[in-house]
Amino acid sequence: MLLEYIAIAVMIAVATLIAGIAIGLGELFGPKKASAAKSMPYESGMNPYGEGTRRMPVRFYLIAVLFILFDIEVVFLLPWAITFRKLGLFGLIEMAIFIVILLIGYVYAWGKGALEWE
Amino acid sequence: MTQPTINDFHTILPMIVLSVWACLLLLVDLFIPKDRKGITALLAALGLILSLGFNLTRIGMESVGFSGMVVLDGFATFANVLLLLSGLFGVALAYGYVRRMGIERGEYYTLLLFSVCGMMLMAQAADLIIVFLALELLSIPLYVLAAFARGDMQSQEAGVKYFLLGAFATGFVVYGTALVFGATGTTSLGGIFAAASAGASTGSGNGLMFTIGAALILVGFGFKVAAVPFHMWTPDVYQGAPSAATAFMSSGAKVAGFVALLRVFSTSFPALASDMNGILWTLSALTMIVGNLIAIAQTNIKRMLAYSSIAHAGYILMAFVSYGNPQVASVSIASGMFYLMAYTLTNFGAWSVVVALEKAEGKGLEIADYAGVARKHPALAAAMAVFMLSFIGFPPTLGMVGKFYLFRAAIAGGYTGLALIGVLTSLVSAYYYLRVVVNMYMREGELVPEREPWLGFATALTAAATVALSLVPQWVFLLASTAVMK
Repeated sequence: MLLEYIAIAVMIAVATLIAGIAIGLGELFGPKKASAAKSMPYESGMNPYGEGTRRMPVRFYLIAVLFILFDIEVVFLLPWAITFRKLGLFGLIEMAIFIVILLIGYVYAWGKGALEWE
Repeated sequence: MTQPTINDFHTILPMIVLSVWACLLLLVDLFIPKDRKGITALLAALGLILSLGFNLTRIGMESVGFSGMVVLDGFATFANVLLLLSGLFGVALAYGYVRRMGIERGEYYTLLLFSVCGMMLMAQAADLIIVFLALELLSIPLYVLAAFARGDMQSQEAGVKYFLLGAFATGFVVYGTALVFGATGTTSLGGIFAAASAGASTGSGNGLMFTIGAALILVGFGFKVAAVPFHMWTPDVYQGAPSAATAFMSSGAKVAGFVALLRVFSTSFPALASDMNGILWTLSALTMIVGNLIAIAQTNIKRMLAYSSIAHAGYILMAFVSYGNPQVASVSIASGMFYLMAYTLTNFGAWSVVVALEKAEGKGLEIADYAGVARKHPALAAAMAVFMLSFIGFPPTLGMVGKFYLFRAAIAGGYTGLALIGVLTSLVSAYYYLRVVVNMYMREGELVPEREPWLGFATALTAAATVALSLVPQWVFLLASTAVMK
């Protein structure tokens, strides 16, 4: 059984090797002239300003959590849509229960004012 | 795939009722004005009572549901009663406390209900996947409850610490499950046993992977029940979390963790008993010794009770050591269940007194603050004395009977040394438990307890039960043993 894993081991080895060669060759032959501009953090070509650990409004976090909620809903809806005929009425009911549970969370977040950006 | 029938839903009906109730409560709470969140608490209690009622109709029933994913048996019904009672006491302790501390929000009760749902699912799990699911469902609300006093740095620290270490522990359970699945090809508890027996009979064995998997699952649950050396988080979390939440998590989560441990090990891993005995023996002995010794040095009542809860995990672990020995296994598991019940009642009682004496901004939590409570409030002091005596194992209390059954089971299993450690550490524990009583009765002080009807009711009920049930222990033990008999 362990032999079946050899393919994975080979892949890991080859991937490490190729990555190692790419980085190693650059390190070996590349010119190394450090300057202040070069050691700056890359931020879409802009000059970076402020600290990397700036304080963010906590609302972003709420939006992100809500996004995950509905993202996961879609992740589960898609495979269900594909096997819809196979699962039949049972699948429909199960999915309805699932969506109702998410809906409760949505209504709760709405009622709490998590969707407002005042 | 097989479609579920109505019988499948009957198997976990109390849990379904409670989870639907919790979902509805989340919505209903939106329409309850801020200053009347007591209504949410009462509705939560109503849901727990409803679920308890459904659970009581399940006594004597046995069934398997959802293609062997969940199981209903006497063991699960007994555990569910304990867990639902934990939930009810949790609500009763929180009712006045959260308002007094200025952290009253309806989510407290909803989270508590969801956590109880997870605990009940844990008691009924018959598959490692469901065990994992239940573990998450019971833990995540507890992380939030620990950090519920969000303006308080200590509470935040408790929440984050509990979350990080809890997630780490869950990782152990999942890794263990993966290894066990790799070794046996199944995650069903019964299936694992069958595969392990088949492996043993053909001589091929299951080898190291199976043993390591089981050991990792043990580590994960060791975190949850706070066994030494996986107990590091306990004092900080129990101290930082709001007292009412600590009371709930130190009882409910411990019961659920032990129940899952009992079911998983006695169903799936009897074949590993010879490997596990030594580990469980060491865990139990270490937990009793370390928990009791460090508790001596504590001056804060919450930290003291945290170490006490670690020590009691050690006593309960005693019931596990002989889980693979068919002659004594059922008696020792029944002893473990009995002790869990004794611990739950005593623990809630002790915490209800802590809640009654706690003042805003963490005042009134030093053991020295308890001085003189007996003079002005004799009933409260007497109740606390009962709980402390029960923790020591002094008659006439439930703790004494529980320890008697545990030690008897340990000796019957041939672990006299472990029982001896249990007796000696109980003697040591008398020092720090009695110090609370001495402070209350023999010193002068000014602390005035809060008068809250539900809190007082919980204190009185647990104190009465701790004494009264100890007078008829054979009835309760009979209940526990009929519960574990298959």
